[in-house]
Amino acid sequence: MPATDTVSDRAQEIVDEFSLFDDWMGRYEYLIELGDDIPLLDEDQKTDENYVHGCQSDVWIEAEYDDEDRALHFRGDSNAKITKGLAALIIRVVDEQPPEVIADADFDFLDDIGLHEHLSSQRNNGLQAMIEEMRERARRFRN
Amino acid sequence: MSATTKPQTKATSFDAEALRADFPALQQDIYDDTPLVYLDNAATSQTPTAVIDRLEHFHSRENSNVHRGVHRLSQDATDEYESARESIATFIDAPNPEQVIFTRGTTEGLNLISSTFGELVVDEGDEILLTEMEHHSNIVPWQMLAEQVGAEIRVLPVSDRGELEMDRLGEFLTDDTALVAVTHVSNTLGTINPVGDLIDSAHAQDVPVVLDGAQSAPHMPVDVQALDADFFVFSGHKMFGPTGIGILYGKREHLEAMPPYHGGGDMIDEVSFEKSTYDGLPHKFEAGTPHIAGVVGLGTAAEYMMDLNWDAVQAHEDDVLAYATEQVQAIDGLRIVGTAPEKTSVLSFVFEDIHPYDAGTFLDRLGIAVRTGHHCTQPLVERYGLPGTIRASFAAYNTREDADRLVEGLRCVKQMLGDS
Repeated sequence: MPATDTVSDRAQEIVDEFSLFDDWMGRYEYLIELGDDIPLLDEDQKTDENYVHGCQSDVWIEAEYDDEDRALHFRGDSNAKITKGLAALIIRVVDEQPPEVIADADFDFLDDIGLHEHLSSQRNNGLQAMIEEMRERARRFRN
Repeated sequence: MSATTKPQTKATSFDAEALRADFPALQQDIYDDTPLVYLDNAATSQTPTAVIDRLEHFHSRENSNVHRGVHRLSQDATDEYESARESIATFIDAPNPEQVIFTRGTTEGLNLISSTFGELVVDEGDEILLTEMEHHSNIVPWQMLAEQVGAEIRVLPVSDRGELEMDRLGEFLTDDTALVAVTHVSNTLGTINPVGDLIDSAHAQDVPVVLDGAQSAPHMPVDVQALDADFFVFSGHKMFGPTGIGILYGKREHLEAMPPYHGGGDMIDEVSFEKSTYDGLPHKFEAGTPHIAGVVGLGTAAEYMMDLNWDAVQAHEDDVLAYATEQVQAIDGLRIVGTAPEKTSVLSFVFEDIHPYDAGTFLDRLGIAVRTGHHCTQPLVERYGLPGTIRASFAAYNTREDADRLVEGLRCVKQMLGDS
């Protein structure tokens, strides 16, 4: 089924969930919990093609296009829990959306979950690399 | 600690708390309410007020170009620039300030040597000997040279404890070896290498040795003449100085034989379209307007360091490292990487079940600045089969209290991120 809610609906949902925690430790614990629920890719999908470069940990993102729904389905994994949680967040907002929506999706909600202030300043956590990777996949399927 | 001799010292005792008060960056809270514990000194050390004030004075009163002006400011800047060179010569016991060349840092120093001296001494079929614990900046320039001239890179292995396998040196230092490039202290493990033995063995075969002193110069007195190193390169920003400035020391006969690295102003004798002739040492290697403020600030940093009582500083640094090692290794599921008996300033470790990046991110939020990853030594980290390490690196201003905060932070990390 294609998504019935929008990227911004889901982003707002995530922001609301994180706002329930009043300290950073709770927010991190929740981020890690979300990482545990990430749609995992199979071991044999951990290929060079799906590997996201530019992270300090190993990260894989896999995208599959559903012709019928005209939507992309994402799966991911990382050997670092925080990175895996971040991957789960960005997958959650764009999963099952059409490629043209994903290619232009706005991930600014990450600034509003009370973690990004220092995550964004670290170039090697791969957040930006993951976002770029997902946009790139979307562009590929859009054409 | 190393067997190198120390420069003249003035003070007679060492008070880490008093030293700490000289560093404004160490006095701050980060994330609103969390006092900073700065343990990333192997990457960049903090800057004392003396250096900050010196930079401000330069920019307020002396800023102008060096070596060319007839006016007063330029003459003052030139005097200060050359006076910093003299301070550095004293700092490393160089026989003459002309053998002190200013660079952008250790990386540029190594590139300068590989591009100029390397091309003079390394020929097709020759071998360049490195070690398994080198920083990328002491690997890649030599690979580039080897590729260019058709030479081969050889690599002296490192033991499980993180020591160079010196008993195997004979296998690697061969009749074909044209040059040895080795780090004095490992930036990832903290191992102090037996560079005296290495230099003796290499020199017995007339092979020159390049020492990467980025991690040793900040932690031990260095005497380049006693070491008998052909080259010694290090960085200002790891020894309380500014970023973007480094030092290359070389033996005079090498520096004189080497062609210039960069061409341009300030390094020439005469220029015509038919032919240019070059200035002598040290200017031959300092083309263009240098980082004058950086040099002047570096000079002050060197003076600041020479004012410390180094026997006392080293005893303090050894005590903090030993204490931190003991406390950290008591944490369940944590393993120290690099357990050589001769170490300084660096404590690298891994958790069995926690990725270094996760641990580093949590420590950061707890106010503890460490570095995680491969520390620009990918071959070394891969040799240990690790995704990276967590590295705490100490400076003279760090204390046992900093080690306690680290341990407290690691216990919190273990509780929040560990599998059990």
